[in-house]
Amino acid sequence: MKVRVIVNLKSSVLDPQGKAVCGALRNLGFSQVRDVRVGKVIYLDLDDVGREEVETLVDEMCAKLLVNPVIEEYHWDIVEE
Amino acid sequence: MQEKIKITPELIKEHGLTQEEYQLILKILGREPTLTELGIFSVMWSEHCSYKSSKIHLKKFPTEAPWVIQGPGENAGVIEIDENLAAVFKMESHNHPSYIEPFQGAATGVGGILRDIFTMGARPVASLDSLRFGPLDSPLNEYIMNGVVSGIAWYGNCVGVPTVGGETFFAECYRHNPLVNVFNLGITRKDKIFKAKASGVGNPVVYVGSKTGRDGIHGATMASDEFKEDAEQKKPNVQVGDPFTEKLLMEACLEAMDKGLVVGIQDMGAAGLTCSSSEMAAKAGTGIEIDLDRVPQREENMSAYEIMLSESQERMLIVTEKGKEEELIKVFKKWGIDAVAIGRVTDDGMLIVKHKGKVVAKIPVKYLAEKTPVYNRPYRKPDYLDEVNELDPENIPTRPNLKETLLKLLSSPNIASKRFIYRQYDHMVQINTVVLPGSDAAVIRIKGSKKGVVISCDCNPRYCYLDPEEGGKQAVAEAARNVACAGAMPRAITDCLNFGNPEKPEVMWQFVKAVEGIAEACRILETPVTGGNVSFYNETLGKGVWPTPTVGMVGILDDVTCCLDQFFKDEGDIILLLGKPQGHIGGSEYLHYIHGEVKGSPPPVDLKYEKRLFKALYQLAHKKLIKSAHDVSLGGLAVAIAKCCAKDSNPMGAVVELSCNIRSDFLLFGEDQGLVIITTDEDRLSETQKLLKELDIPNKVIGQTQKGELTIKGTNFTITLSIEEIGEALNKLNFAYM
Repeated sequence: MKVRVIVNLKSSVLDPQGKAVCGALRNLGFSQVRDVRVGKVIYLDLDDVGREEVETLVDEMCAKLLVNPVIEEYHWDIVEE
Repeated sequence: MQEKIKITPELIKEHGLTQEEYQLILKILGREPTLTELGIFSVMWSEHCSYKSSKIHLKKFPTEAPWVIQGPGENAGVIEIDENLAAVFKMESHNHPSYIEPFQGAATGVGGILRDIFTMGARPVASLDSLRFGPLDSPLNEYIMNGVVSGIAWYGNCVGVPTVGGETFFAECYRHNPLVNVFNLGITRKDKIFKAKASGVGNPVVYVGSKTGRDGIHGATMASDEFKEDAEQKKPNVQVGDPFTEKLLMEACLEAMDKGLVVGIQDMGAAGLTCSSSEMAAKAGTGIEIDLDRVPQREENMSAYEIMLSESQERMLIVTEKGKEEELIKVFKKWGIDAVAIGRVTDDGMLIVKHKGKVVAKIPVKYLAEKTPVYNRPYRKPDYLDEVNELDPENIPTRPNLKETLLKLLSSPNIASKRFIYRQYDHMVQINTVVLPGSDAAVIRIKGSKKGVVISCDCNPRYCYLDPEEGGKQAVAEAARNVACAGAMPRAITDCLNFGNPEKPEVMWQFVKAVEGIAEACRILETPVTGGNVSFYNETLGKGVWPTPTVGMVGILDDVTCCLDQFFKDEGDIILLLGKPQGHIGGSEYLHYIHGEVKGSPPPVDLKYEKRLFKALYQLAHKKLIKSAHDVSLGGLAVAIAKCCAKDSNPMGAVVELSCNIRSDFLLFGEDQGLVIITTDEDRLSETQKLLKELDIPNKVIGQTQKGELTIKGTNFTITLSIEEIGEALNKLNFAYM
């Protein structure tokens, strides 16, 4: 099974990287850009996992390693059964 | 007034205010406060901002000397370097945020202290950090340590200010209460020092820096509360730092100051806009009026309460002369930094805050910044002391193999090399670092001057736990001794006083005693206190930290080329020991790490002798009579000698003979104060000894340097270690974490 986890900074947290990208885009003439937020995508290839199991499994991975719950939020979906 | 929100007892409690304090607010205002006003009082009267428990004791510190230009009360202390230049320095804690989010907590700590320095008009040139963690036996402690260190490295390296040294100490009490104390020093011209004063009625108040978001709302009240199990829930409070913006903000501020566009300036740290606006007005005896609609905002629909209490990083408040605001704003625009006039200085002594056309707060500033509640909290000697102070040295078992014991001590986390930490810091940027991390103190060159600045930060919390007063004295003496060992004269200190919950009489007693110890040492050593901070409530689940008053010492070298480090240099150099070993074993690392006990009383410090010792070291260095100097501290004499042999390149061993009538392990590992190991050569030996005699410093030739190995002989033992063995033991942590 292939799972996609998308991790973003919480909306109230400052994103210096997004701010820098936003500034760079504007400097290049993309004056339409109002704001940029940069996050990350993680693809997990899982073996022998059922539909029910996967929920707790992915949440546990996020809680323990993939996500810093202090400043980040995440959501995930199954991209391949 | 807006916000018809009922002020309930719960709401008051949530804001960390007592009922008595709330009654006082009612009296001051003559009416019920708005929610915004309640928030403002809550942060300004928090322990963190008001020093309500510590204020009356901090008055005991000596704060004056001919070379002190600015004592406590400003963003940082200032001392004279020479007729033109001044050193601006300060140390602050960022303990609570670093426990909640180690990386960002420590990073924003660095950002905050840098702003304190450049707010005064100085360019930051060097940082130190003093770190305390729980033992490295759990993934949590490793996570906290790694996060804190990389946070410091990230912010400091990005801004381009070198982190040149510090200290790291591990003990059980820091398991859930890590301490992160950051020190910074900057250089400025004596006639270019800026203060946090909102003077000149009618002058515009300009907001500069990052936009305001919902970061760290109530960080100051958080830092004034101990953690219960729900520390997790306090998490959204942590701010995220942006070092690139900080760098731009710094350059813009320094340029604006240079162009004469700044009347008063203060950074927005804890309690953000609230603290900066009310303190600046209170200091100048003026009032201030601000319009929140003009404040640059990162998020939509922020309330007045949120804007006033936000602790978004990289922001400053500047008062400029009327008519100069456009020019000021132009400077900031050039650096890509927001700058907006948000208000003006008034003459009515009030803080007036407007939002959406309405007045949302109207408070006399003196009750926010100067006439805040002050407590003389009860204090009582803790019961644990009688038990832990009792130690019969005779009952300590002897060690069969002293070589093995020495090697084990060298690899103890508190003694071992912390290269894995400081190698992550850019300690060379700005190319002024003369003595790099790893020696007693860091030495910084000052471009355009012959002089040098020497800095060190120190505290042995174990001593403070066993005797806060002696421990406080020792922290000052140790920091001064480290500075003197680099050849400089110790001049002034800044301090970070980290303690538990001051509402506990036992904790308050520790605080009072530590302050008295520091005060006495500073008086005798003539190193006044120029500022610092107090961090209480370092407690989780009722368990507090050992009293940890970290001292940051600044010394001045008249000639930077005279500076010394701790390492043995050339073969055949003569080794002298200054001071008389007593074999004091109480509170030692040996007792803790080898025998598993934290007991006895800490080694006493003879401050008058130390003062002479510093003078001797200063003169020896400036007459270029000696090649190295290293003081005996954690681990005792044997560890100190071994560390002199541990230079990274071309290490030099030694053969040393210690003949005195003290039990071998106590002689080798006792942490007597005032002992210093120096090296000189044949030609300069007699002049060195003459100078030491004149200053009444006991001294003895104990051996010579030699290649390849270290031999320590005593009346009934001989230890021989190869340089490789010493290196291997000292590098134990480095191997594990690099």
